Amino acid sequence: MAYSELIKNFGRIRGYMKEFYIYGFKKRNEYTRRSSRSYDNERRRIDSYFGEHMGYLRSKDGKNVFISVDTRSTHKNPIYKALKAKSFTDGDITLHFILFDILHSPEISLPISEMTRIIDEEYMQCFRKPLTFDESTIRKKLREYADMGLILTEKCGKQTYYRRSGDTPLSDEMRCAAEFFSEVSGCGAVGSYILDRYPDEDPVFSFKHHYISGALDSEILCELFHAIRSKCSARIVFEPRGGKSADTADIVPLKIYSGAQNGRQYLFAYHICRRRICSYRLDFIGSVTVGKPSDIFDEQLESFSEMQKHMWGVSLGRSARTEHVEFTVHIGADEEYIYKRMLREKRCGEVERVDDSTCRFTADIYDTNEIVPWVRTFICRIESLSFSDKTVENRLRSDIEEMYRLYDIGDEE
Amino acid sequence: MNLFHEIYGVYYKSVSEMLRLAVGGRLTEKDMKSICDRYAFTDSHIEIISAIKGERWKLIRSDMTTPLRHEPNVPLTSLELSWLKAVSLDKRMKLFDADTDFLSGVEPLFLPEDYVVFEQYGDGDPFEDEHYIEIFRTLLKAVRERKKVTIEYNSSKGTHLRITGDPYEPEYSEKDDKFRIKLADSKFADVLNLAGIEKCEIIGNAGPSAQKSRFASEEYFIAELIDERNALERFMMHFSHFRKEATEISENKYRIKIFYDKSDETELVIRVLSFGQFIKITEPQSFVSLIRERLIMQKRLGIR
Repeated sequence: MAYSELIKNFGRIRGYMKEFYIYGFKKRNEYTRRSSRSYDNERRRIDSYFGEHMGYLRSKDGKNVFISVDTRSTHKNPIYKALKAKSFTDGDITLHFILFDILHSPEISLPISEMTRIIDEEYMQCFRKPLTFDESTIRKKLREYADMGLILTEKCGKQTYYRRSGDTPLSDEMRCAAEFFSEVSGCGAVGSYILDRYPDEDPVFSFKHHYISGALDSEILCELFHAIRSKCSARIVFEPRGGKSADTADIVPLKIYSGAQNGRQYLFAYHICRRRICSYRLDFIGSVTVGKPSDIFDEQLESFSEMQKHMWGVSLGRSARTEHVEFTVHIGADEEYIYKRMLREKRCGEVERVDDSTCRFTADIYDTNEIVPWVRTFICRIESLSFSDKTVENRLRSDIEEMYRLYDIGDEE
Repeated sequence: MNLFHEIYGVYYKSVSEMLRLAVGGRLTEKDMKSICDRYAFTDSHIEIISAIKGERWKLIRSDMTTPLRHEPNVPLTSLELSWLKAVSLDKRMKLFDADTDFLSGVEPLFLPEDYVVFEQYGDGDPFEDEHYIEIFRTLLKAVRERKKVTIEYNSSKGTHLRITGDPYEPEYSEKDDKFRIKLADSKFADVLNLAGIEKCEIIGNAGPSAQKSRFASEEYFIAELIDERNALERFMMHFSHFRKEATEISENKYRIKIFYDKSDETELVIRVLSFGQFIKITEPQSFVSLIRERLIMQKRLGIR
């Protein structure tokens, strides 16, 4: 099949884009999921979508391709462009513009037969080789657009009449808000679609600590939102990993968590067979099929609300028991900002002032492992550690010893 | 609700722009190319112009005229409306003075409580405070209309400043949950926390040659990473918002170069430390020294 920039399924390039953007060090022969030709086509497509953000590094072992984006200076998420690469037929694009040209005002309401005649006589006859659209093709397209909310249908006797939905021009303020939320909100790609309808304007906002890879999971997120809002069960199919076939899980989706310090998105859902609430990374989910309304949604959401009080991150631990975490840090003279930093950065638990030069953090959380990276950020001022999970505590102590060795810090220092 | 659909695509957008000109009898071949370059992908012009000139898409004739009579205009989809409804319920929407009445009766795609941002600091800006909203709107107006402002500012160190400058690019950090405003043509500050602004007034037009974009990521550090306990993925995700280059130097060992802005260096040191012994900074020596200083202090302090 001839190469095309456009694709039928976004899943086809989602994995490659993640590899190029997050990692970016693999060579062509390390991509084993599909054939080399498939790799070449996907790389060419992604190159076309990302342009200036694509980079190449050549070494003696070959060339690696990567996507590199400094999101502090990029005002619009470049991944959204890849979501605007859906393929279509000649008939699709032709009908799209002609149908809305015929139905150019919400007052115009026509049956299929009349639209078929107009398309043929007033549009197709203008071309040397006209396309022929039969009534069933036009009806199918109109039904698709009715499902998308673009077209309204009304019955008059036995005939169905079609007209466009009302236009809703957005104010400057609303467009400005859409620009902001398209970068910080769930399914922000939709905001980008909305802004595409209007003339280009210089972007107003910039973003710091801005993670953009969640955009790759937009389709998954959209389906999960649909399930959550309608309190429905869902079947999720995971991306196949390590040559194994894809696993599935029947769940009741409850909430989405989005990480402000790594951009990962998680689904919290009640696993119907395991009878407990679990978390799933959205980038590990390949597809979602929304099922029927679930009568346990409210009850499980309430259970989850209780659990949230003891979550440092997204882990719910190995059992329902919590683990105690306690550590103290030294605060020097004129270092009040350290105390404030602890207060600001803690996600649960308590920070207390022991004396002028010490403050203590305590919490009971599901998984001590999750808090370790935060504790490490206080290296240079950690005075004491006391975790109920002694394995994690001892590992952290030996990790810090290993850091001394790594940077050649001897006893004399 | 199909999020990946051709009507949102860059090909449809490009053709829509071409039809806008063709309906008025103003489309040229040169326009077609520039529209493709502006709205579509790098190679799209080949496919799009070929399809139009060859009359494969029965929309524009080879002489650049069209049988269409109206400039293309498509209503918002249910997905778009439901997304707008969802963001209209966000507390930050109040900053924008946007009329959302047209969304009454629309079901939101999600509610604020369905989408939880975690790992966020607890002292975010007071987005619902009337004074904060007023400051935000004044600055937003100044940015969009390119105006100069005077600002009375209370710094985090407790000093009070009066600053004049040309505001641009309100910068939002999701981790901090705060806005900052960048200032050009200002003697005393080039960036201010919005929450520290006591008063803001538009006083005239912004200067013509405002010096902008000071946040160039020109500094870098190089880290060697051993991929244990999933450190590679965690590191690459955590630092994914920076410009970077990565290479595999041996089995399970990687060399990663991260470009950053000098003003963020202390934050970067702390973030590197959070990865523990799986990361060793090898360059530049100044960054290595910053890490070593903290480790030396820790070793002296000891851990009970």
